[in-house]
Amino acid sequence: MSNEISNQLSNEIANQMMTQEALMQWIILLPLLAIPGILLFHKKQNLREAATLIVGTILLFAVVAFYQGFDAGQGAYVHWWELLPGLNIAFRAEPLGVLFSLVAGSLWLVTSIYSIGYMRGHGEGNQTRFYCFFAVAITGVMGLAFADNLFTLFVFYEILTLSTYPLVTHAGTDKARHGGRVYLSILLVTSILFFLFAVIGTWAETGNLTFTAGGVFDNSTSKMVVSVLLALFVFGIGKAAVMPFHRWLPAAMVAPTPVSALLHAVAVVKAGVFSIMKVCVYIFGIDLLAELPITDWLLYIATAGVLLASLVAMRQDNLKKRLAYSTVSQLGYITIGALLATQSGVLGGSFHIVAHAFGKITLFFCAGAIMVAAHKTEISDMRGLGKTMPLTMIAFFIGSMSIIGLPPAAGMWSKWYLLMGTLEAEQVAVMIVLMISSLLNIAYLLPIPLRAFFDGNRSVVSIRRDEIKEAPWPSLLALSITAIMTIVFFFWPQPFYGLAESLANIAGGAHG
Amino acid sequence: MIQHLPILQVIIPLLAAPICFILKEARLVRWFVLIANVMAFVVSIMLLQQVNLHGTLVYSLGGWEAPIGIEYRVDELNAYLMILVTSISTITIMAAGSSLTKEMAESKQTYFYIAYLLCLTGLLGILATGDAFNVFVFLEISSLASYTMIAMGNDRRSLWASYQYLIMGTIGATFILIGIGLMYMMTGTLNMNDLAERLPEVEQTKTVFTAFAFFLVGVCLKLALFPLHLWLPNAYAYAPSIATVFLAATSTKVAIYVLLRFIFSVFGFEFSFTHMPLTEILVSLGLVGVIAASVVAIYQTNIKRLFAYSSVSQIGYMILGIGIGTKTGLTATMLHLFNHALMKSAIFLALAGLVYRVGSVNIKAFAGLGKQMPWTMAAIVVGGLSLIGMPLTVGFISKWYLILALLESNWWPVAVLVLIGSLLAIAYIWRLVEVAYFKPALQNNQSYKEAPLAILIPAWIFVIANIYFGIDTSFTVGLSERTAELLFGVAK
Repeated sequence: MSNEISNQLSNEIANQMMTQEALMQWIILLPLLAIPGILLFHKKQNLREAATLIVGTILLFAVVAFYQGFDAGQGAYVHWWELLPGLNIAFRAEPLGVLFSLVAGSLWLVTSIYSIGYMRGHGEGNQTRFYCFFAVAITGVMGLAFADNLFTLFVFYEILTLSTYPLVTHAGTDKARHGGRVYLSILLVTSILFFLFAVIGTWAETGNLTFTAGGVFDNSTSKMVVSVLLALFVFGIGKAAVMPFHRWLPAAMVAPTPVSALLHAVAVVKAGVFSIMKVCVYIFGIDLLAELPITDWLLYIATAGVLLASLVAMRQDNLKKRLAYSTVSQLGYITIGALLATQSGVLGGSFHIVAHAFGKITLFFCAGAIMVAAHKTEISDMRGLGKTMPLTMIAFFIGSMSIIGLPPAAGMWSKWYLLMGTLEAEQVAVMIVLMISSLLNIAYLLPIPLRAFFDGNRSVVSIRRDEIKEAPWPSLLALSITAIMTIVFFFWPQPFYGLAESLANIAGGAHG
Repeated sequence: MIQHLPILQVIIPLLAAPICFILKEARLVRWFVLIANVMAFVVSIMLLQQVNLHGTLVYSLGGWEAPIGIEYRVDELNAYLMILVTSISTITIMAAGSSLTKEMAESKQTYFYIAYLLCLTGLLGILATGDAFNVFVFLEISSLASYTMIAMGNDRRSLWASYQYLIMGTIGATFILIGIGLMYMMTGTLNMNDLAERLPEVEQTKTVFTAFAFFLVGVCLKLALFPLHLWLPNAYAYAPSIATVFLAATSTKVAIYVLLRFIFSVFGFEFSFTHMPLTEILVSLGLVGVIAASVVAIYQTNIKRLFAYSSVSQIGYMILGIGIGTKTGLTATMLHLFNHALMKSAIFLALAGLVYRVGSVNIKAFAGLGKQMPWTMAAIVVGGLSLIGMPLTVGFISKWYLILALLESNWWPVAVLVLIGSLLAIAYIWRLVEVAYFKPALQNNQSYKEAPLAILIPAWIFVIANIYFGIDTSFTVGLSERTAELLFGVAK
């Protein structure tokens, strides 16, 4: 799909069909519309997948159109209903939400293409259930992205948790059920015990849950209470996988790879760091954050998490597990970006949501492709695979570059601004850790493609090369798209950069 | 006609009960009982309208004025609960036909319906009356009817469960009677309004303290407050499915009404919460109940028993809300009263459908049911989510208010414990979900069909109510707030 056509089409949608308000609601509800189609054609695979793809394509145009019509000054606002006096289900477009919806909207389509190849190639059962809950999860993400207040955010956060549970447990084996149990229990325990508690606490203190530039707390709330609430938010948003509440992420890797790819590199984990970013910018405000002594402590915990997770990742031989721990570490970057409480930090953190999403999803796609085509899950078995699966391994290489933060991949920009943020906040220790972590990234990611290409002779297991081919074409197509996008966003980061920048301006707006 | 509404509410099911004897044939009886229930429901709606128009309705039985005769007194609190009881009773009875056919001989069914109507009479009587002794009488009517219903279960253990309940229930009733007797001794009146006026003059006497203590223990036995809940799990587990739905949704709620009425309207807030250590007792027992019963629920293999223990823990939440002693706390209790009735009706009705098809409620029988009976299982899951307190279900609304009330009183450790209670609920609900959806059906199990529509539709009415009242809260929150104000207003 060339850019021109898509631009034209989205302009059409934007100009002729509906207002921004209507479009925003459509974006939230569209994924659900795929479900009747999926259910209707549950016996005819091709038609069933067509339903997902069509809705996914429309959604992509919708989010692009929405982005083009979006004006940071006055985002669209929709009020659905009032649950309790003052407690609304309402949506408002603001830069971070638009950014997140763009990422999730575009990657849903790519992942759907990928799933078709993967799920069929792997002979998975219960595919109808799989596509249905996938669609529900995307609605959860979109609702979360546009949430106007903490309550709405919480509602969609929980919808996302519950709708992804059947995806994680998809295989139905003992191992999958166990993984699902860990996944669900950590996410629900943190969300109910800490997150919900913090939401109600904020409500009890301020009576205002709406995301407000500069935060909702005033001087009447004691610093002590605000500090406790901040800690509750940071740990309660378990999807951000701040250590020690990161265990669910590796556990969830029992899921089929498309799930791991979209949900655990993009939707679910990004929903977590997105929520943390939102809470930091719009509930506390970065000025207040900078004043709180606890912010530093949380920052150090997140920083330690980055380092520890990288170290653990080095020791994993299972590729998906290694990627999972790498995700834990990278999520820490975004949390750090939010907690640095500087404009560059916010900018770098938000941009990293994009950069990491595209980079990591590429890596997961590759992992899945290797599993489908070569039936390999352990890294030590992948030597020499480059000759039989060159495309996959090149994509893996590009994805790794982005995660490490090397040019020409999008990840470079976010690391750049994050490091600037650490300097602005005068957190030298954090800066050093970030750099060490980048080195560790090199150590645990780059050897995989390099050995695949250059180490073929020392292959541990003898592979009969002629039997292994590249993965099914839909999967290949998907991973090529994301790999190319990773490079494109290095040269042309403007749309996401612009959004991240306006968020940083809003965050810094309170400076005057 | 209109001025006779309060008595009509009680007399319709009372008169309908003996008529069932005359009709005899089970099918006729079924329709007749449904009609009687619908009439009772209509009356309760009209009552609420009348209360909204004219304020508290006072009805003197037989035209005898209050201190001499018996008086029925309906304000917003009773009217609210009457709607709850009659609506649940009506929807439940829709499912009764097919469920009972499966669970008991046709010859016994008429007796079941009679017991059901008498139980309804008793519950509505308790709600309508303004006379302390009358409360006791109706309490006994409803209790005796419940013992009968429970004993009619098709498991032999139901006799034992019924006997257990009979013993405990009688002890409770006796305590209540002693309490009322002592009050009468001190004041010379049985009318609640008179009692409320005369008790303050003598409230510093040991007799009144004793009366309060006896009454409290008696009522708490009836409403199954931990640790007086021992009768409940067996009674719910072995009763006929329909009886379980009805009892779980209504009878404990009415007992809580009695508690509220007496501690707020009769004894007064001042006496109950300052002279008596009611806060300490209710909060600590409520909390222990929430946690302990939830933990026990996790280890149950009989799913009806599991949800029975869950009921005990939910009652803990309601008692906790009363114990806080603030208006928000009381609002939370009133909300949860209504909401919990909806959750448990949905769940137990779905279980009734399951019993109809599968015949067992053992957790092992659930394997693979998610695929074979999707609608029935979905009803249980939504009800379960509501129990946990997921947003967009009614459970969330009551939890929200309860925690808000706790935070307002600065009892945040208690709030944390309440949230832990929710987490325990996840543990017992999810055990069921895992087995039903992610465990393949056993090899030798035949494939089960969806529960019959006659059960499924009523169950889904409750499921939809669970979601509807979780989204549009104006009716429930408004009424709960007003009744909480009413109870506190009377206390002044």
